[in-house]
Amino acid sequence: MTTHSPTQNVLTSIGRRQFLRASAAAGGGLLINFSWLGSSLAARADADSLPDKLFSLNAFIRIASNGVITAMVPNPEFGQNLMTSMPMILAEELDADWQSISAEQAPYDPALYQRQFSGGSQSIRQAWSSLRMAGAAARYMLMQAAAGSWNVPMASLTTHQGTVKHTASGKQASYGELASLAATLPVPENVAVKSKDSFTLIGSAKKNLVGQDIVTGKPLFGMDTQVDGMLIAMIVHAPAFGQTLASADTDTIKQMPGIRDVFVFDSMTPEYTKNYFDVTAFPTMVAIVGDSTWQVMKAKRALSAQWKTVGSYQETIDRFGSPVVINVPGGLESTAGHKQAMAAVLSGKAGKLDVLRRDGNPEAAFEQAAQIVESTYYAPYLAHNTMEPMNFFADATGEVIKVSGPLQGPIFIRQTLAERLKVSPDNIEIDMKRMGGGFGRRAYSHYLVEAAVISKKVNKPVKLMYTREDDMTMGIYRPTYSVKLRAALSANKELIAYHVSGVGVPEHCVHENRFPAGAIEHYLAEGTALDSNITVGAFRAPRSNFMAMAEQAFLDEVAEVMGQDPIDLRLSLLKRAQQNPVGSNNDYDAARYAGVLHQLRETAGWDSIPATTPKGVAVYYCHNSYAAHVVTLSAANPRNPQIDNVFSVLDCGIVVNTEGAVNMVEGAVIDGIGNAMYGEMTFTDGKPDKQNFDRYRMIRMNEIPRNISVSFVQSDTDPTGLGEPPFPPIFPALANALYQATGKRLYEQPFAPQITKD
Amino acid sequence: MPRYTLNVNNTSHQVEVEADTPLLWVLRDELGLVGTKYGCGVAMCGACTVHLNGSAMRACQLPVSAVGNNAVTTIEGLSENGEHPVQKAWLEHDVAQCGYCQSGQIMSAAALLANNPNPDDKAIEAGMSGNICRCATYTRIKAAIKTASIDIVNV
Repeated sequence: MTTHSPTQNVLTSIGRRQFLRASAAAGGGLLINFSWLGSSLAARADADSLPDKLFSLNAFIRIASNGVITAMVPNPEFGQNLMTSMPMILAEELDADWQSISAEQAPYDPALYQRQFSGGSQSIRQAWSSLRMAGAAARYMLMQAAAGSWNVPMASLTTHQGTVKHTASGKQASYGELASLAATLPVPENVAVKSKDSFTLIGSAKKNLVGQDIVTGKPLFGMDTQVDGMLIAMIVHAPAFGQTLASADTDTIKQMPGIRDVFVFDSMTPEYTKNYFDVTAFPTMVAIVGDSTWQVMKAKRALSAQWKTVGSYQETIDRFGSPVVINVPGGLESTAGHKQAMAAVLSGKAGKLDVLRRDGNPEAAFEQAAQIVESTYYAPYLAHNTMEPMNFFADATGEVIKVSGPLQGPIFIRQTLAERLKVSPDNIEIDMKRMGGGFGRRAYSHYLVEAAVISKKVNKPVKLMYTREDDMTMGIYRPTYSVKLRAALSANKELIAYHVSGVGVPEHCVHENRFPAGAIEHYLAEGTALDSNITVGAFRAPRSNFMAMAEQAFLDEVAEVMGQDPIDLRLSLLKRAQQNPVGSNNDYDAARYAGVLHQLRETAGWDSIPATTPKGVAVYYCHNSYAAHVVTLSAANPRNPQIDNVFSVLDCGIVVNTEGAVNMVEGAVIDGIGNAMYGEMTFTDGKPDKQNFDRYRMIRMNEIPRNISVSFVQSDTDPTGLGEPPFPPIFPALANALYQATGKRLYEQPFAPQITKD
Repeated sequence: MPRYTLNVNNTSHQVEVEADTPLLWVLRDELGLVGTKYGCGVAMCGACTVHLNGSAMRACQLPVSAVGNNAVTTIEGLSENGEHPVQKAWLEHDVAQCGYCQSGQIMSAAALLANNPNPDDKAIEAGMSGNICRCATYTRIKAAIKTASIDIVNV
């Protein structure tokens, strides 16, 4: 249709480019293979002039003869800065010049890389040692190459920013000059890594290596995929959870302009045993395939389909090797019903709570209490709402199935696709594109399977695209939860017992061994879950993202009743947990926990904040890291309090890239404030009540804090989680500050309808 | 199908598409200019922001038949090599996380500064509150706009 070729500065990401990749497990020699897809940096100005010789020292490091070093990033990027922070770790141990480093997303290749999954804030933590080893091993091989060429002992050599030097003779050679020889040497079995106190790159502030491509609009994302002969595909799924397709008039819209095919398909078949991440509420859908996005969108809107209600059923899923039976109830669920059912459980009128942990004699302690504080908290479902809707490219026309797009965990989906298409997993190539957000949603990549099934049916390469409405109504939400908390106080206002009971649909959020377990003599944790046909999934800091709110808002209330400063109360509990812990399964380090509070007390100037300034504090531990925030408000108008300052302290061990890390904490703070104030998905008769951003309110620039000050605890502990830990505690820090501004405790999310007039 | 001649990034393009096709899909599907993003399709997120004669427009709501001779500028045409003051400020402040919304943010910011080279906080918020950033990089976006503003004012 186009009669003028596209402007020259825009390159399609597939077809024009090829990039080189190692083809075997970490080993020497020239490992050069052409991958079938262009790289995420395909549009770099210099991509056309890839050097003739590119030497792979191991799966992570390639050095070109001109000295350009390519760091292969094994885990997919969704904004957590891996495309910069992982190369920093490699370059640190390699002793490379940072200016010579470029980053490439590695292909999915379990023979070369471990755990190619982004989630659980574990990417850096779990790759830390292998990235350091890869950098150090490559440096060793370059030195070995120099030693051999110059006939000098390796011990007499040093390296500095991409150069090997022999001081005695004055000889030196760049890594680029040495790479061809180094690549023929055996990879050392053991290699020394740097001592942490000699790090120069790690712990510094480095700009995003992909920044230039982002600000110039280069085709980095799955949505941007364009391949010759590719068709556009969209899906139509049942409008309500608990429904499936009864019939669809596929013939009528097939006549519309540009439409190539319309058909009903199953992404997952009933005989297939799903894995933990194979979540989909709508395995049966209508596919619409055509020439252009707009033509397919119009046909999608014109489709006439009838839906029917599904009865209850059981399915067995493979939960990391163990079969688990899931009960999926029939019928159309509503938010009011969920709230009612959870309240019935927590009030003892229905269901049964399972005891998860008991210390001392909590029942007796509550009976003897001089005073009991009790509060119940509620959280709605949340939609992830990644800015880039779900999409995937698939070419299932040949023997090798090629799929490309945004996903957090290729590790989970290859077998699923192999079984669905009845092909060997070895015949599936997965290319990971930069994700336009993830937040847990893209760990569930049913849309990859859908794209491949559609491609196979039409025998063409296709790009499956979800509309925003498809994305928001497809499921895999943050579950809805409710938590009841009780505290028993003695006559002299000591906290003697603590009781947490949690319920959720279809999971509860109680972590029984987390704080304040271990800090209180008498402790009881209980939980249970209610079945549902509305699908859920991981959402930034799963379970913690509500448990922090309930626990830390409750402790604020308890501190008030006890007449204690909220930081003092937490510190006294942590002191108990450190000096004389109750129980032995406490899964936190009380000293690190207290450490973030001590540092925050200083950075926020907590004790000198004027009494007239509403302030709130909260601290939480999850994903191996400790995070705490203080929020201060100006409340000239209590119905419309403004967030002035957020002070944040994080103990995540060694911080690799301070620039990216501060950005991540700032984002987590604002994301948390947004979800606390406005985030909510509700259902009426199985239908999501919100389908787009006109009704699903997202935080915007006019609603952010005036200032966010982030600091990190200085640490030589290996890195722990960063993306998730700062998210959960901002909810209660805000709630506690809002209480001071408005005099109203907030027990339910979202907060905004309860405090502002709007 | 009707044929349209569009002036995009100072280049004349002819496309044959249905009259109601939003400019967004003409840019992305027909011209291969995929820097302009799809986020919501209902002008609520700003990911598809382009300039029409220098003013910020949501390309998802603008039918190709309404574009006429007006000059369309996309992120690809904002500057030759990413040297627009807003793009430079975005790099200086290391704004992006996932980056998906940033084309739209940059186009909104560039239009804001073209109209008001020295906006105060309120003006920045008013000019930018139509653009959602799900990673919530708003603090840095705001700071980058202030830096770009200084750059533009000092030119």
